[in-house]
Amino acid sequence: MTSAVSLQQVSRHFGPIRAMDAVDLEIAPGEFFAMLGPSGSGKTTCLRVIAGFEQPTAGHIEIFGETAEGVPPYRRNVNTVFQDYALFPHLNVLDNVAYSLMLRKVDKAERHRQAEDALAMVKLSGYGARRPGQLSGGQRQRVALARAIVNRPKVLLLDEPLGALDLKLRESMQEELKSLQRSLGITFIFVTHDQGEALSMADRVAVFSDGKVMQVGTPEEIYNRPNSRFVADFVGSSNLLPPDFTATITGQRAWASLRPEAIHITPSDGAAMQGRVTARSFMGSTVRLGLYVNGASLHAVVPASGNSANVDDMVGVLFAPEALHLMERET
Amino acid sequence: MIVLDTGAILPRRGGIFGALSDAFWRHPKLLVFLMLTPPVLWFGIIYLGSLLALLLQSFYSLDEFSGLVVPEFTLSTYAQLFRPSNFDIIVRTVLMAAAVTLASGIVAFPIAYMAARYAKGKWKALFYLGVMLPLWSSYLVKVYAWKLILAKEGILNWVFESLRLTPLLDAFLSIPVIGGNSLSVSYTGTFLVFLYIWLPYMILPTQAALERVPVNLIDASGDLGATPFQTFWHVIFPLALPGLVAGSIFTFSLTLGDYIIPNIVGSSRQIIGQAVYAQQGSAGNIPLAAAFTVVPIVIMGLYLWMAKRLGAFDAL
Amino acid sequence: MSSETRAPWPLKLASAAGLAFLLVPLLIIFVYAFTTEERSFVWPPPGLTLKWFAVAWGRTDLWSALTLSVQVASISTLIALILGTLCAAAVSQTQFFGRETISLLVILPIALPGIITGMALRSAFSIADIPFSFWTIVLGHATFCVVVVYNNAVARFRRTSGSLIEASMDLGADGFQTFRHVILPNIGTALLAGGMLAFALSFDEVIVTTFTAGQQQTLPLWMLEELIRPRQRPVTNVVAMVVVLVTTLPMLLAFYLTRDGDQIAGSGK
Repeated sequence: MTSAVSLQQVSRHFGPIRAMDAVDLEIAPGEFFAMLGPSGSGKTTCLRVIAGFEQPTAGHIEIFGETAEGVPPYRRNVNTVFQDYALFPHLNVLDNVAYSLMLRKVDKAERHRQAEDALAMVKLSGYGARRPGQLSGGQRQRVALARAIVNRPKVLLLDEPLGALDLKLRESMQEELKSLQRSLGITFIFVTHDQGEALSMADRVAVFSDGKVMQVGTPEEIYNRPNSRFVADFVGSSNLLPPDFTATITGQRAWASLRPEAIHITPSDGAAMQGRVTARSFMGSTVRLGLYVNGASLHAVVPASGNSANVDDMVGVLFAPEALHLMERET
Repeated sequence: MIVLDTGAILPRRGGIFGALSDAFWRHPKLLVFLMLTPPVLWFGIIYLGSLLALLLQSFYSLDEFSGLVVPEFTLSTYAQLFRPSNFDIIVRTVLMAAAVTLASGIVAFPIAYMAARYAKGKWKALFYLGVMLPLWSSYLVKVYAWKLILAKEGILNWVFESLRLTPLLDAFLSIPVIGGNSLSVSYTGTFLVFLYIWLPYMILPTQAALERVPVNLIDASGDLGATPFQTFWHVIFPLALPGLVAGSIFTFSLTLGDYIIPNIVGSSRQIIGQAVYAQQGSAGNIPLAAAFTVVPIVIMGLYLWMAKRLGAFDAL
Repeated sequence: MSSETRAPWPLKLASAAGLAFLLVPLLIIFVYAFTTEERSFVWPPPGLTLKWFAVAWGRTDLWSALTLSVQVASISTLIALILGTLCAAAVSQTQFFGRETISLLVILPIALPGIITGMALRSAFSIADIPFSFWTIVLGHATFCVVVVYNNAVARFRRTSGSLIEASMDLGADGFQTFRHVILPNIGTALLAGGMLAFALSFDEVIVTTFTAGQQQTLPLWMLEELIRPRQRPVTNVVAMVVVLVTTLPMLLAFYLTRDGDQIAGSGK
């Protein structure tokens, strides 16, 4: 089966800066794909290369099996929802949405009908006559979305789609984007620096760092089995265990990750591994504990009921050896 | 909604526009290069070329007998500038420019300060129009208006007469150098018109600089026990200085290079602009006119250099 | 604003006097246009009349000067619009080496005093043996008009986010369609404002023109002639008033067109 988007050894250099460095990615048709990473990690450049705003310095790109390098954005059946929405200020909402139809010379009545349909899909029926300047941030986002899906692109790119929205709006928009993607069946690729957003929305996630893809996998894989310190550190509140520590448990010298939920606290008497509580914060149903164990700092999330460990108490620390995930990569 | 069953890559567009558009996308620098070419050629050939021609002419000389320009390199034309009669013209012009600049600074500051700090809404608009209308009104008409005001039978004399202050005006006009037969043929008249015409150029940058002074800085200074005068002198004035210097560059350079104002309102003693006009016109001495034109360029170069050395641009 | 919201009275007085100094001379022009006095500038006017408007209307030399001025200003504005827009687009499109130099080059003809631009052109025409004509006037005017178009266009390009162009291309518009459907509508009013200011600038210019015009007489040159060798003073008064109106209206309109957000329209002068 051909990939929706296929990047093969794609690089984009700006002078000495390697914004993308030999990136390989295969994104399946109909997939909801997230590109996650800190700012400057190359995820946005990657999106722009797929859209055609940037040309790769080296490598090969295919969109649904067709070669895309050397093809300008207006000949790619790929549309983008911009981070700043980029709505045309001189056009009203309806004409913004109908812009691509106008370029395809669809007649006026028909393109307005299709634009209305697209607006209905993003729950903005009746807003057609307004100017972008009269809308709230959330509404502008929906217009940008409607404009990008109105002629059913093969791939929809979203640049930090929820970045500018407040928390409450963000949560409802996550749901809506998911259901929109399901009903349209279009491949969605979105860029984000928020690991929570990436993990909760995407079918698969690619984690970027320094222009390279560190790991690609389902949210569960990324969260539970990070392949590198960078991914473990960036994706979640995982414990990172140094090789010396790991060696004492598994006999193997490698960096390892350990989820805070996997750690259990027992009375210190007779425990195989002991630790000192360095911090304690109450989180409602759980308690988050800072622990100092065998020269390593850990944190654990334990049920609030029945855990009365206080700061400076000595406690027993217990976890299943399988919970310790050894990482393949050095960094 | 119609589902358009097209491929992921749309076909190439035909025609020259399609091909050009693709080329511009592939080579963004090509587009910038093409856009820059016409203006750069225009300014490079017509403007810089003319400035070079000016420099070239200033190194030519005029054959006194035939009245023709001798296109050979010589410094003799520049040497003529140091003849007493010509050098007087230069000194007179620089003094006039300095006086006009100083006076515009003094008159402009309260207007700029008021507009920047106190004027709101309707008043702000009034200040804006008060500066912009004279700025954009016809230059010649403004000079003409002052001719009407300063003429012997004109408004200013009428005002003095009505107030029975004519002896005061006469006393002023009898002062050597700045006085004269009437205001419209005196240095004072020239000075007033220069001041009027260039004043907006001083107000605008000063106001812009003052608008950037944060209000809390002034409050902080007051808080620390400074008197309003100390606040002005140690906080507001230094921060407004870049604006005043920017304005002074305009007033100074524009005065150096004008010849119409002193021609219409002023005495018979020339300033640089008049000398340039007279030499290239009736005298037909283009080399000397060119050499005279180089003088304001050099003076402005020195002026900018000094302003830079005094740190006037640091705050910009 | 802080605790001290009221201006001290000496400041009020000084700024009011300053404003009066700026505006009163313009008002005087309006009074003199109606005076009955023919020979001198006597104040107050002995009587008021409309007859000089009719006399001015009938003067053919005035009409030909006006026609020439309008022609020169129109062509100069057209050239300035093309060159200024191209320059602004290139400068705001990318970071490239020398954009500061370009900005300086464009501003120079108006920042340096008129005699320098005028005398430079005069020297060049003399060296290249180019006779004075309509086109030598236009050459000078277009050169110093570019800057007002450039300033207005650059300010607007800066406000028009770069992602608008990308959005248009993304939605299927090639470069030319993007220019027509997105760039032009967005910079249109700025170009209109810049064009009007350029027109006013050219319409009013006198110093450079005195060095680049031969026998042709633009309206300002006609005025200058009247100021130095007056023939019929009341006609000059009428023309002065009309010129004030013609040159300030574009500025007011340009201010209105660019009022939301751009720099002060006239500050390019």
